[in-house]
Formats: sequence, structure tokens, C-alpha cells
Amino acid sequence: MNFEEHAAKANVLVPAGIPVPRSKLCRSAEEAGAAFAALGPCVVKAQVPTGKRGKAGGIRKAESVAEAAAAARAILGMTIDGHPVESVLVEERAAIAREFYASVVTDFAERRPVVLFSSEGGMDIEEVAARRPDAIRRRPVEIDGEFGDGDARAMLAGFGLGGAEAPVAAVLRKLFAIYRDRDAELVEINPLALLTDGRVVALDCKFVLDDAAVFRRAELAACGARENLTPVERRGAEVGLKFIQLDGDVGVLANGAGLTMTTMDVIQHLGGKPANFLEIGGEAYTKSEAALDLVLSRAGVKSLVINFCGAFARTDVMTDGVVRAWEKLKPKVPVFFSIHGTGEEEAVKLVRERLGIEPYDFMEDAVRAAVEAAR
Amino acid sequence: MIIFRGHHRVLVQGITGKQGTFWTEKMISCGTRVVAGVNPKRAGESHLGVPVFATAAEAMVKAPYDVAVMFVPPAMAKGAALDAIGAGVKLLVCLTEHIPSHDVMAMHGAARRSGTRIVGPNTAGLVTPGEGFVGIMPGHNTHVFKPGRVGVISRSGSLGTLVSLNLTRAGIGQSAFLGIGGDPMIGTTTRDALEALDRDERTTAVVLVGEIGGAMEEKAAEYAAGMTKPVVAFIAGRASPPGKRMGHAGAIVTGNAGGYESKRRALEEAGVTVVDTPGQIPEALTARLAATAAARPGESADTRAHG
Repeated sequence: MNFEEHAAKANVLVPAGIPVPRSKLCRSAEEAGAAFAALGPCVVKAQVPTGKRGKAGGIRKAESVAEAAAAARAILGMTIDGHPVESVLVEERAAIAREFYASVVTDFAERRPVVLFSSEGGMDIEEVAARRPDAIRRRPVEIDGEFGDGDARAMLAGFGLGGAEAPVAAVLRKLFAIYRDRDAELVEINPLALLTDGRVVALDCKFVLDDAAVFRRAELAACGARENLTPVERRGAEVGLKFIQLDGDVGVLANGAGLTMTTMDVIQHLGGKPANFLEIGGEAYTKSEAALDLVLSRAGVKSLVINFCGAFARTDVMTDGVVRAWEKLKPKVPVFFSIHGTGEEEAVKLVRERLGIEPYDFMEDAVRAAVEAAR
Repeated sequence: MIIFRGHHRVLVQGITGKQGTFWTEKMISCGTRVVAGVNPKRAGESHLGVPVFATAAEAMVKAPYDVAVMFVPPAMAKGAALDAIGAGVKLLVCLTEHIPSHDVMAMHGAARRSGTRIVGPNTAGLVTPGEGFVGIMPGHNTHVFKPGRVGVISRSGSLGTLVSLNLTRAGIGQSAFLGIGGDPMIGTTTRDALEALDRDERTTAVVLVGEIGGAMEEKAAEYAAGMTKPVVAFIAGRASPPGKRMGHAGAIVTGNAGGYESKRRALEEAGVTVVDTPGQIPEALTARLAATAAARPGESADTRAHG
């Protein structure tokens, strides 16, 4: 779960004692103008959960009430990386002496958190890594271990931070505590700015909460950004089904992530275009009725592949749901089955007797028939 | 120790739950030696003829086991895993999906310190056809699995089942099925599994079933380059859009990382045959085995002869 900048600052950085500039969240040009009156020269920033705001023109400086209002008006009309901008953060402009980068992120390959610091901030860390690898320090930490002031200072040695070393080290320590105590996947400050008056403040913040930990971070999760879903995807999410809308015309219903992706791959390999990703594996295998309804609710689906291979999921249970839904919805699109694994005999019998359809022995043949039917 | 064998003694954590009960029955029915179960509230009872203990540590003393398999919900998975690791289990098979990632890191950290091998999380389990299985695979289904000499590695349970079924239908038996899991942080990687099958005397060839996300297939390719046993691979997710998690938490293409083409190229450069659909695996495997046999006359690499 991603957080917008204002939410990450207010709910993550500020409670941990990491300083941020004064700011106001605004939903209109008028509010932005009023915020300028209170804050003075400022930056107007689109609030969307993506890192591409600057390049998309979603961050603008303002020198007057009129400029702040105009910037807000322009930015509030934008869609950045698929996210419509619904609010802007109007933030006082800082007098920056130096920009750094600081983060704690889960290293999935190493299976532990890593603290990252770069003496070059304000740009993509990937860019720094490519251009100035010597500017980046990286320190793996055990999730149940400690990251203290000595560890932080060891990372900063040699950068000549002078008086800024102590406050920057404090930020690194606090970032690790935030990460550990809030089930983060990522907490990142870029840039972390040293101001001309000697203060160290976070000018931006990215925070990603582990989706699997939302159940024990309900209060924090309520501040996270809503996922950017299409109406059908949202309907799926409401019934606990992962539906991803694609632009093809061959509908897909399969169990398990691997088999569902493979069904899409084979559709593409045989010259067709998949209309969706939708798997009903794991605990969701009893939801095939809701799933079928979702797949067929999209206009433009010309045929349907139902590909079940039961390991944990019982194909008889899934097929029973599909058959019931089919009898209720009476769809006009042709459907092609391939069913194997746990509960196969009962499932095949259901499809034969209730729908009068003969399942294919190989999924490739079911897909080929569906691709041809969609032409 | 990654490959499950019939002589291994198994502890089932969460044995009395609905899934624990269903799958323990299946495991026992095809020969798996389930020697103990865990449920703190039912300690002292017997379930499916198996003694139930309060903890994995207690079970280790009273009914020693080699492998622990977890039928435990996400919020309790870390505690169960640390219990089994602390008890000194050699191999921990973690089926649970959606465990908070910090808990997963704590599990892996503890396993690293104690030398425990974790398979998973989010694995469908391990099968040795004809001997038994641990997990949620149709290991008892003889249409899907039959004894033989081909090792199968899969991140996905459903796709791994289909691939095994295709092999069995083509008359090619399996030496072991290694489900490694669809999570982004798993204890046994594709490379670890490949190395185990390469060293396994019963295995003459390997089918590697990967998927988009991460860099495990690329790392496995580095190992495959030095193997003499033939490897055939299928990578799921070629038609998946970038930036979306495709059901498995680990199956996501971000920026330049985790994409299909990089995995396929790495594997092909390492001499692995990569096929376009799972149905092509048996034929590709038969061709590779025939080529291996021709290159080394006097040695039979025909899996059917052993199947």
C-alpha cells in the first residue's frame, strides 16, 4: 500500500520526530492561494502515489498568491501515471544548502532490510547508482536487530558532513525505527535537505506499507492511498478477487497465479489477446460464481477459457460454482474448458451433464478453440 | 536437505484445522510418515491416529521428526516457524500465503542462524511420487504423479501440477517435485532447488517452471550453465502487463527488473531449452534426453526405461 507524500509526512515522519517544512493540503486553487498567504514563497506539489510527479510537471514553484492558485489549478487537472490529481501540498520553500538521500527498504533477494544513504539527493537513486556509485552507502540490518547511532555514523563517514552528521545520523536511526515498527516495505526521504540555517529536513517522503500487514496496522492503513482500480477491478477487490483488466477479447478464468498467467501466455502465443487476469486459487477457490460474473461483465469479451488444475483448490467445487453461475447468467459467449487435478472426475461430469460441453484434454487445445472463436 | 523422501518423519503444525486435517489424511494415504501434530489447545489428544503436542519443541522430544509442514494462518506463522526452528527441525515447509514480510524476514533470519532449510512461504509443497508428499499438492493422484527420473521445480502449485500431469501423460515419471513458493522472499530459491536436483542421483533431467518477478531464474541460469543434466524451462507471465502483481506477491515486473525476456535469455544462454507453452515440455525433454544419450553412448538417459 502506497502513501501520498502528505500522508507519509504527517503519519510517519512527524510522529517519529523527523522534521518537515510547514505545509497545507489543498483541494482547490482558492485554498492554495490562502495557503500561500500563510506560508510565503512555496512549492505546489501534486499528491499522487507515484514517483513521476516532477517529470510530469506536477511540482511547481510559486512566488505569489496568484501563482500558487494558478499552479494548483493546473496541477489539479492533471492525471499522473494513471492517477487523477485530487489534492496538492502547498509547502514553504526551503533554503537548501545540500541534498541527500536516505531510505530503509526490504531487500527481497537478501531477505532483510537495508539502510541506504546517498550524499547525492534530489534525483532517482537508480540514476545516482549508475552515475556516482561511490556516493551510495548500503548497510543490511537484521529485522530483529539494532541500528544505532554508531551504525548510522559509520555509514556517513567520509562524506564530510561536518555539523550535519549528527542530525542526518538521527534521521537514519529514526527511519529504521519507522520501518521496523510500522511494517514498512519502504520508507524513503529524497531529498533529505541540509538547509542554509543548519537544519536537516525531509522535503519529500515515500512510504509503502506491506499489504500483508494491513490487518495489524489498520489505523495507519486508513491513511494510505486507494489503489487505482477500474470499476470492474474494484468490484473484484470488494469480493476478495484479484482481477486485472486487460485490453483483449478472450476472457480467462483459472486457479492459481501461475496457471492463470500461463493461460494468458498461451492465448497470446496462439495469436489471441487475453481480456483479463483473474485467479480463484488459494482460499478464493469457492468464489467461482462471483468470478465468472466479473469476467463476463466486460463488454468485448468474445470467448472464454476456463482452465482449472487442482492442487489445493478442488476443481469440483470451482466447477460447481461456474456451472451454477452459467445457468443463472446464461451468457452468450462460447466457453472452452480444460480441467485436471483434485476433483477432476466430478468436475468433468458436471460440465458434460449440465452444460453439454466436452472439456479439452490439453489446455493448449481449449485456448486454441477460444482464440478461434474470438476471431 | 530440500528433497523430500519417504523415510522422512513429518510434523504437521495446525494438524486439527480443516485444511490440516484434509491434507494430513491425503499425505498419510500415500505413504507419508506423519509422526506428530501440533495444536496447543488439543495437546495430549490423538488426531487421525497421530499424537498431538502443544509445541513443535515438545513434539521433537516425544516424537522426533525431520520435516515440519505448516498449516497455520498468516498472523500465527512466525510463531509456529520459530517454534519448529527452535526445536531443531532440518526442513520447514511453509505453505502459508500473505505472511507479513517482516515476519518472513524474522523466520529467514532465525533459519539462517540455526542452519534450518525453509521451503516457502507460499509453497504448495514437496512430492516424491510413490513415496509421499508434504503440502497441498495432489501427491496421492496417480494421474498427476508417477515415479521416475525427472525433477520438477515450480514456484506455482497449480502450474506445477499441470506440468507434472503433462509429464505423466507422456509416460515420463518424476524423481521429485519441489514447490518453492510464489512469495518474493522464499527460503529455497530456484537455484537452490536446481542444485539439489543436480546432485540427486535419482534425477537425470530437470523441468524448471519459473515466473516473472525477481531474478531467481537468472541466478538459476548461472548454475545451469555448468550442469550436464538437461534442463527444460517454462516461464509464466510473458503476456502479463508490467507494474501489476499477478496474484503471487512475487510475480511483478518493476522497471527493468523481473521481466520475461531477461529470464528467457539468461536460461537459453546457459543451455536450457525454454518452451512457449507447458504442453511442449515433454517433447522438448525427450529430445534433450535423446541428445544426451547420443553424446554419451553406453549410458541410458531414457526416462521411460526407468519410469
